[in-house]
Amino acid sequence: MLNYIIRRLLIAVPTLLFISLAIFLLLDLAPGDPTAQMPLTVPPEVREKIRLALGLGEPIHVRYLLWLKQFLINEPLHIFSDSTGWDIAGDSQRVISWQTRSPVFDIIVQRLPQTMWVVGMSYVVGILIAIPIGIISAYRQYSWFDQTGTFVTMVGYSVPPFFTGVLVIVIFSVQLGWFPSIYDTTHRVVDWDTFVFQLRQMVMPVMVLALQTTAQISRFMRASMLDNLNQDYVRTARGKGMTEKVVVLIHVLRNSLIPVITVIALGVPGIFGGAIITEQIFKVNGIGQLLITAIYAYDIPMVQTLTFIFAVLIVTFNLIADVLYGMLDPRIRYD
Amino acid sequence: MLEVRDLKTIFHTQDGAVHAVNGVSFHVEEGELLAVVGESGSGKSVTMMSLLQLLPMPPAEVTAGTAMFQNRDLVRLSPTEIRDVRGARIGFIFQDPMTSLNPVFTVGFQIMEPLRKHMGLSRSEARGRAAELLELVGIPSAADRLDDFPHQFSGGMRQRVMIAMALACDPKVLIADEPTTALDVTVQAQILELVRELRQKLGMAIIWVTHDLGVAAGIADRIMVMYGGQIVEQAPIAELFDRPRHPYTQALLESLPGRHQANERLRSIGGQPPLLMAHPSSCPFAPRCRHKFDKCEAANPPLERIGGVHDVACWLESANAEAAE
Repeated sequence: MLNYIIRRLLIAVPTLLFISLAIFLLLDLAPGDPTAQMPLTVPPEVREKIRLALGLGEPIHVRYLLWLKQFLINEPLHIFSDSTGWDIAGDSQRVISWQTRSPVFDIIVQRLPQTMWVVGMSYVVGILIAIPIGIISAYRQYSWFDQTGTFVTMVGYSVPPFFTGVLVIVIFSVQLGWFPSIYDTTHRVVDWDTFVFQLRQMVMPVMVLALQTTAQISRFMRASMLDNLNQDYVRTARGKGMTEKVVVLIHVLRNSLIPVITVIALGVPGIFGGAIITEQIFKVNGIGQLLITAIYAYDIPMVQTLTFIFAVLIVTFNLIADVLYGMLDPRIRYD
Repeated sequence: MLEVRDLKTIFHTQDGAVHAVNGVSFHVEEGELLAVVGESGSGKSVTMMSLLQLLPMPPAEVTAGTAMFQNRDLVRLSPTEIRDVRGARIGFIFQDPMTSLNPVFTVGFQIMEPLRKHMGLSRSEARGRAAELLELVGIPSAADRLDDFPHQFSGGMRQRVMIAMALACDPKVLIADEPTTALDVTVQAQILELVRELRQKLGMAIIWVTHDLGVAAGIADRIMVMYGGQIVEQAPIAELFDRPRHPYTQALLESLPGRHQANERLRSIGGQPPLLMAHPSSCPFAPRCRHKFDKCEAANPPLERIGGVHDVACWLESANAEAAE
């Protein structure tokens, strides 16, 4: 297993380098100009100088290698220096956002908590709801519970969050006034009351996003349970006199969870990407919102970095999913 | 020991009810080995599953009959009551050992489950007993193999594990539903030998379901032949092989290889087994029977005793009997 993990990690290095190059080249091909959002009164020669100052005068391979050096060497050095206090980074160049002129990583670190709270929480809530629903739906297939679940799932799948988001704002903020429609990023949790406020402002975005997660995972869970409920080993367990609870929640569930956990692990990188639309609707300034504004402003270093981190997470969680699969299913061995 | 009377099981399907078991009656004596023989779809497995309420209900439904075991009617027991019988007093071995064991639990865990539930053993006691059981069924270095997963065993070894599991709580009756069908012939012989030994050691009654008359001949005390959801003939082994009365049994015996000249073609029974969509009002074997006459189409023959120990359901027999009188 350890050998397998090491081998996969080694393979990941060229894969990620290739991905970073592909992202870099694609962004370079994209039309646009970092000075486009500046006032029209800025004369063309000044614009040209700004471009040169941003390094756009260099040939593309130099720019790529410089970004690589900044991302892979300078940034880790700075992070290490900041966390230990030893100044080994010096004044080496960090990846700087063209839009704000501050280091890209500092901005990401500021934005990450909002995304983690809202999108991460919705993922957890979605899974916790989806798994029991999947189990009951499969065990009582075609019952009213299953039919209702299927209907709600279909709604969750097919109604986009820009609709459900606005809908819950209209119902719960405008009509009922239960929850705030704008997520206050500056809010600090210091005592019980502020914690309750934090919960209240999280309810609606989490609800909207959890609906999607629940819809997907519960379908997977249901299908996987149905696959296993008809297996011969289930009859064997009943033939031994095991109670239905043991048959379903131990024998069948353990087998059914194997593919579902893989799907769940593969979905985790999506949390980092944030929920672009939902974050926009509820004014959560998380990663998704950051990416969108960076794209609008032609902030190439920011877009490049966010996309690349996303790629790293996808590659990592693919590996984690495979390792989990091997741990949960004794038939799978990676030696 | 186990006395089944007039058992009827139907499956409700979209095309109507399928009468899988039609009034089956039989009994098993203490320590006896009864072989139930019949082709696919003859209702032999469904009969056995009905006894322990192991069929999915719905679509299955036991509509009539009783199955008396230790003064209780198995088919009328509540779910909780039948669970105390399953695996404890009646063990069940299933057909395909490749899929009948749970792939994600160790065999030790799976053998210990009934021990802990029915006999209330502690973890370590159950583990000790599980190792004994594996040894009993002839698995080498049994104690070490408790922590192995089913996929680490061969087909024959897995079936031994299944047998160990079924015997875990010293059942009075062991129902084996085609336990050797999925195994190759040499392994099949080993399993048969094992069952013969275990029977001598433990003395439980065995109901052995098979479609292979050869297998049945090798181990059974008594054979029951099923066709179209009914018992068509029942007799002690020697009697049945020497004097088969029912045309279906005769045809089955004739289609066995090895009873003819070496260069002769194997004989087969023409036609298809019945679909059982309607409750049979005629003899189910009539369409394929060589000796069919008017009465076979008009009514379903009852199972009647002929000559002490031999039961046959055939109008031919009753006609002969009348003629003799």
